[in-house]
Amino acid sequence: MWIKARKLFTFSTGKIPKGKQDMSRIKVELKKQDVDKIREICKSFDNQPGELINVLHKTQHTFGYLPAEIQEVVARELNVPVAKVYGVVTFYSFFSMIPKGKHPISICTGTACYVRGAENVLAEFRKILKIEVGETTADGKFSINCLRCVGACGLAPVVMVGEKTYGRVSPEMVKDIINEYEE
Amino acid sequence: MEMVKLTIDNKQVEVPRGTTIYKAARQVGIEIPVLCYMDLKDLNIEHKPGGCRVCVVEVEGRRNLAPSCSTEISEGMIVKTHSIRVLNARRTVMELILSDHPKECLICAKSGNCDLQNMAIKMGIREIHDQDIAEMSTYRTDFSPAIIRDMNKCIMCRRCETMCNDFQTVGALSAINRGFMSVVAPAFEMDLEDSVCTYCGQCVAVCPTGALTEVDNTHRLVRDLSNPAKTVIVQTAPAVRAALGEMFELPAGTLVTGKMVSALRTLGFKYVFDTDFSADLTIMEEGTQMLDRLTRHLNGDKSVRLPILTSCCPGWVNFFESQFIDMLDIPSTARSPQQMFGSIAKTYFADKIKVKREDLIVVSIMPCLAKKYECTRDEFKVDGNPDVDYSVSTRELAHLIKQANIDFHSLPDEEFDLPMGESSGAGVIFGATGGVIEAAVRTAYELFTSKKLEKVDFQELRGMDGIRKATIDFDGLSVKIGIAHGLGNARKLLEDIRSGKSSYHAIEIMACPGGCIGGGGQPLHHGNFDILKKRMAALYREDNLKPIRKSHENPYIIKLYEEFLGKPLSEKSHKLLHTHYVDKSKKIIYI
Repeated sequence: MWIKARKLFTFSTGKIPKGKQDMSRIKVELKKQDVDKIREICKSFDNQPGELINVLHKTQHTFGYLPAEIQEVVARELNVPVAKVYGVVTFYSFFSMIPKGKHPISICTGTACYVRGAENVLAEFRKILKIEVGETTADGKFSINCLRCVGACGLAPVVMVGEKTYGRVSPEMVKDIINEYEE
Repeated sequence: MEMVKLTIDNKQVEVPRGTTIYKAARQVGIEIPVLCYMDLKDLNIEHKPGGCRVCVVEVEGRRNLAPSCSTEISEGMIVKTHSIRVLNARRTVMELILSDHPKECLICAKSGNCDLQNMAIKMGIREIHDQDIAEMSTYRTDFSPAIIRDMNKCIMCRRCETMCNDFQTVGALSAINRGFMSVVAPAFEMDLEDSVCTYCGQCVAVCPTGALTEVDNTHRLVRDLSNPAKTVIVQTAPAVRAALGEMFELPAGTLVTGKMVSALRTLGFKYVFDTDFSADLTIMEEGTQMLDRLTRHLNGDKSVRLPILTSCCPGWVNFFESQFIDMLDIPSTARSPQQMFGSIAKTYFADKIKVKREDLIVVSIMPCLAKKYECTRDEFKVDGNPDVDYSVSTRELAHLIKQANIDFHSLPDEEFDLPMGESSGAGVIFGATGGVIEAAVRTAYELFTSKKLEKVDFQELRGMDGIRKATIDFDGLSVKIGIAHGLGNARKLLEDIRSGKSSYHAIEIMACPGGCIGGGGQPLHHGNFDILKKRMAALYREDNLKPIRKSHENPYIIKLYEEFLGKPLSEKSHKLLHTHYVDKSKKIIYI
């Protein structure tokens, strides 16, 4: 009976809608130099368990995100349970287990952009790419993030794709912006 | 020690600086309600995350209410523990905790023994405001072979996390996510079965709600007992008899061996046997192996690694299989008493009563949750048929007895059946920390020295300290013995071995506090370790009452070797009574 019940319940947490791929669970193969890099970061903090957050911070800065495999290495190096590392990663919204897309889209939702309709622009991106803020498309091409003020309020609402900045973006322009990056 | 004076509910209190308001109040008989708080004095664990806020009190001059479990007292403090402001806040806190808690108390495994339920009763909560708009958690339920995690019932007290990380140092559980989404889970929210969990069950033992419960085999057992085609036999672990009485309002430490046997017979078991019998058998095998390694070591055999570690405790076995894989060759290869019993029952005994293996169902009554997992291991199956079919905890047995309308108190004292119900006092003390090694010493001494051991009680091996050491004189040879209970203590001994600092010849390890008497399947002790000490004393009492105190003098063990096994460590013994350990660290994704 347990076996049967088990099968029924073996989907992930309520967070991820059914049918949607959970980007944080994609297996990552770390190369030796990656592992060495993580070890180096841990060592720069004397492998102190108390430096876990700082280590994660620096590791995410290096790799862009914190997949399970990286957390395993950090856990072993600092001698803390990997459950604990995962606990910290999921507690702070700054840490992400989802890789950024090849073309990361940042939408400014600072005051100026917000009042000039950034929310509608964001909604259009979400609608077309079918992902939420903080997620990445299944093909790994695009990810959406919000940021607060890029210092170009005269161009509000502002959207950045990678290093390129787009000003006075309207929801109608969103499709064209995305198409620029579709091969 | 600097003393501080304060007033709690108009009562003058004088306590040492550093005391919390909660503890100071207790000294003058004021019991402030607590929920997430847990005080395990004997383990030096005081869990006071101040998370649930049920224990808030009003402190004069302080703007907000203070959590009494984690607020230290100060000179001249004036505390009110039941002002209207406090009572209102406490009620709101309770309502908020209950708002997203499933209201299925009627069918919850923890019902009647639930701290949250008791608190709701105590506060007289009759309605929860805005319940209709309260969001409910929809976390999946995680079924492992021993423990069920139903995180919808989790109130984030994080007691389990403290037991798993600080006391056991297993590190399987941690609080994850934040706010409404937060739960306690293994890394990457994997199933418990895939994690480093050892199934020691200490999380279940401290869980205040039904969020962590054991896999319940009672229905399966009732079904099998009513099947005429099956012969159902039972074995009872030593620690059960010292704790079962508590489930029937008998004082802790009451020995109910006779009543338990009688109850099991009434329930319909064809044969009621004792795991103590196979504990004696374990000593024959483990003790002989210990002596064998010791003599080879003394003769200069460099291939022998010492110390030898006991292997009776499945939680401990899981622990070293996932965290100390470089030491898989040190523990004794002897199976646990539960598995030795199953293996002998389904060969030797099945032949005796002329019942086919498939028609014989071996059930074990255990103080333990890891035993539920142990009997499902592939090594303990023959053609897919397990040696022990399933294990039932002490708590489950009590529920079964109550379900069957058996008046436990009026039951007569009965004796175990023969041959597998006869045991020595050495088998009985397996249930307490230090007991296994004491039993082994009683036998090993006589085998090694060929002299009769006059004094069988080894007080130096007994007690409740987490790590104990003793040197036993084997007629001129000093045998150094280490004992640890609790996996955190075991880790310390293991790390010493790893770094070559260990000078022990033999070490006994039990995963739970106090040994099996404090197991995850025992009646809940709610942090009161006096109960554990009484259970322990009960086992030593039973040991004292036994006419035979040494395993190798058990006549039915002697007969078993004569008729069936040959001698300890024989080929047949190896096949039926020994095992091998597997590297489980690969379960972790680490590359």
